[in-house]
Amino acid sequence: MSLLKYESQLREPLVDGNKDYHQVTEDIIRPIEMKPSRLWYIGFAISIVLLCFGVYSVYREVTYGIGQWNLNKTIGWGWDITNFVWWIGIGHAGTLISAILLLFRQGWRTGVNRAAEAMTIFAVICAGQFPIWHMGRVWMAFFVMPYPNSRGPVWVNFNSPLLWDVFAISTYFTVSLLFWYSGLLPDLATVRDRAKTKFRKMFYGVASFGWSGSTKHWQRHESLALVLAGLSTPLVLSVHTIVSFDFATSIVPGWHTTIFPPYFVAGAIFSGFAMVQSLMIVVRKVLGLEDYITVGHIEAMNKVIVLTGSIVGCAYLTELFIAWYGQNPYEWFAFKENRANLFSPYGWSYWLMMFCNVVSPQLFWSRKLRRNITVTFFMSIIVNIGMWYERFVIIVTSVYRDYLPSSWSTYYSPSIWEIGFYLGTFGLFFFCFFLFAKYFPVIAVAEIKAILKTSGENYKVKMTDIEKADAEKFYIEEVEHGH
Amino acid sequence: MAGGIKKFVVGCFDDEKTLFPAVKNVRKAGYKIHDVYTPFPVHGLDHAMGIRETSLHTAGFIYAITGTTTALSFISWIFVKDWPLNIGGKPHFALPAWIPITFELTVLFSAVGMVLTFCYLCQLAPFVKKHHFHPRATDDLFVMAIECTDKTNDAEVQAFLQNAGAIEINVQNAETGWWIGRYDREQKLYKEEKGY
Repeated sequence: MSLLKYESQLREPLVDGNKDYHQVTEDIIRPIEMKPSRLWYIGFAISIVLLCFGVYSVYREVTYGIGQWNLNKTIGWGWDITNFVWWIGIGHAGTLISAILLLFRQGWRTGVNRAAEAMTIFAVICAGQFPIWHMGRVWMAFFVMPYPNSRGPVWVNFNSPLLWDVFAISTYFTVSLLFWYSGLLPDLATVRDRAKTKFRKMFYGVASFGWSGSTKHWQRHESLALVLAGLSTPLVLSVHTIVSFDFATSIVPGWHTTIFPPYFVAGAIFSGFAMVQSLMIVVRKVLGLEDYITVGHIEAMNKVIVLTGSIVGCAYLTELFIAWYGQNPYEWFAFKENRANLFSPYGWSYWLMMFCNVVSPQLFWSRKLRRNITVTFFMSIIVNIGMWYERFVIIVTSVYRDYLPSSWSTYYSPSIWEIGFYLGTFGLFFFCFFLFAKYFPVIAVAEIKAILKTSGENYKVKMTDIEKADAEKFYIEEVEHGH
Repeated sequence: MAGGIKKFVVGCFDDEKTLFPAVKNVRKAGYKIHDVYTPFPVHGLDHAMGIRETSLHTAGFIYAITGTTTALSFISWIFVKDWPLNIGGKPHFALPAWIPITFELTVLFSAVGMVLTFCYLCQLAPFVKKHHFHPRATDDLFVMAIECTDKTNDAEVQAFLQNAGAIEINVQNAETGWWIGRYDREQKLYKEEKGY
C-alpha cells in the first residue's frame, strides 16, 4: 500500500520535532497531570463570572418574561436567534474537521480534531439555550417532543421547520457527543495507565470504559469512526440547512430565498474554522503543543477560511442580484433600503458584515499571511464578528420594516439582559472548554501516533536545511510574487 | 462476566516493523495469539492476525433503516390517522415535509445503535475492569499475548518471542473477561472477592 503512494519531499511532516510514540504521549498528556497554570485559573474564573451573569439574565427573563428583552411586535427575533445560529454555525467546523476531513483522508485533521469536536459539543450546548429560553414558559419546553398527551393528543406539527430544528439540533448534539467520546476512549485509557494518583486512576478508569487496545477492538473502533463520519457529514449539512429553513420557508422579504441552505452551511464552516483558529492558537501556546498544531495546520485551516469566505461572498452578491432581478418590490426594498443603504438604520451592520466576511479573508491568498500566527488570530476574531453580524443582518434587517409601514419598528437595540444572556453563553462555553483542556487530552493521541511515521518521511530524510531554506525562498519569490 | 483464568506468555514489541513478522511467525509456529494490544490502530494487523472483518457497519445499516421506518410510520400514523390537521388544504400525507425528520432519526438510530453495539461487542462500559498485560500497551508498546495450553512449553514460547524481536517477555496468569471494578483499587477478580 505504501509503495503506491509517493509523498513529495516538499510535504512537511504533520508532527514536528522527530518524536517517538512515548514522546507524543508525554507531550500531550503532561498538561493533564500538572497543576493548571495561573493563566488557567484566571480564565476559568472569568468564565464563571460570565456564566453567573448569564444565569442571572436568564433568571430575569424567566421571572419577568420575554419583556426583559427589547424585542417588540415587529422584531420578534433579535439577539437570541442571532446568537443561536451563530453558535450552531461555530459548532459545524468541529464536525467538518472530524468527519468530512476523515472521509477525504486529510492527515492534518488529527492535530485539531479532538479540540474542534469538543468545541462543537460546547457550542451546540450554548446554541440550544437560546431557543429554549426564548420559549418564555420554559417549563413547558417538553411540549416540542411528540409524546402521547392528555390534550387530544394534539401532536407537534411535523411539517414545521421549527420542529425539524428540534430534531436536527438534538440529533446533531447526540451524534457529535458519541463521535467525540468514542474517539476519546483510547486516549483516556492512555491517561489511566499512566495515572499515579488515586483520583486520576479512578476517574480515568471509569471514563475509559476499560479500554484495552485489543486489535479486534481497534478494528471495530475504526469501522465505527468511519461510519459515524459518514453519518455526520450529511448530518452537519442537514443541520444548518434546516436552520436556514427556519427563515427560507417563510415569506418574509430577505428570508424567502432558495440560496439559504448552501449559503448557511458555507458560512457555518467559515465561522467555525475561525473559532477553531482562535482557540487552537491559544491552546498550542499555553500547553506547548506547537509541534502538533504546526503552522502547516494553521495554514490549512486558513485555506478553508478563504474558500468558505469567498463562497459566502458569492452568496451575498447572488442574493443581492436575485433580489433586484426577481422584480419583487418587497424583496428589493429589503435589500436596497434595509441593508445596502448605508444610511438606513441598520445599513452599517450590512457593510460591517461585508467587510469582515468577504473583504478581509482575501488576505489569506498570501502564503506569508496564512502562515502568520498573529494575523491569523486577529482575522479569526474579525471573521467571528462578521459572521455574528451576518445573522444579525439576516434576522433584524428583514423584520424591522415589514409590509405595513405603520408597524415599522423603531431602532432595536438589546437590553442588558439580552447581552448578559449572550455573555453568559460565552461563560458556559469557556467554562466547559477550560475543564476539557485541563482534564482531557486536547489532541487525539492515538490518531497522532497512527500518522506519526507516515507523514513527511521523505521531507525528514531528504530535505536538508539548505533545501528547506531554498524551498521557502522559492515560495516567497516565485509563487507569491509571480515570475 | 469472568472468562476464566488462563496462562499467557506476553511479548512486548516497540516497533511495527518487528511486530508484523513476529505475528506471522508465531502463527506459523502454531501458537495461539490471544490478542495484540496496540496504542493506536495498526493498519493490516487484523489481517495479519487472521481476524475476520467486522460487521459493525451492517448493524449500523440495520439501525438506520429502523430509524427511517420508525419516523415515517410514526409521522404518517399521526398526521393521516390519529389527528389529521388541515394545513392550508394541503395533503395529510405530506411526505416531502417529513424528509428532514426522517433523515435525522435515521442518523440518530444508526449512530446510537452502533455505539451501543460497539460497546457491547468490545465489553466497554463505565466501571468495567479488565486485566491489562502491560501498562505501556496504551503508550508505546505493542503487546502480544500468547495463550498457553496444557501442551505449551512456555520456555520455548519465550525463546521464540525473544528471537522474533520482543524487548520484554514474561508469563502471566490472567483473567480473560471483564469484571466490575475500579482502577484505583487492588486488582481483584470478582470471583475471588465474592467467592463464586
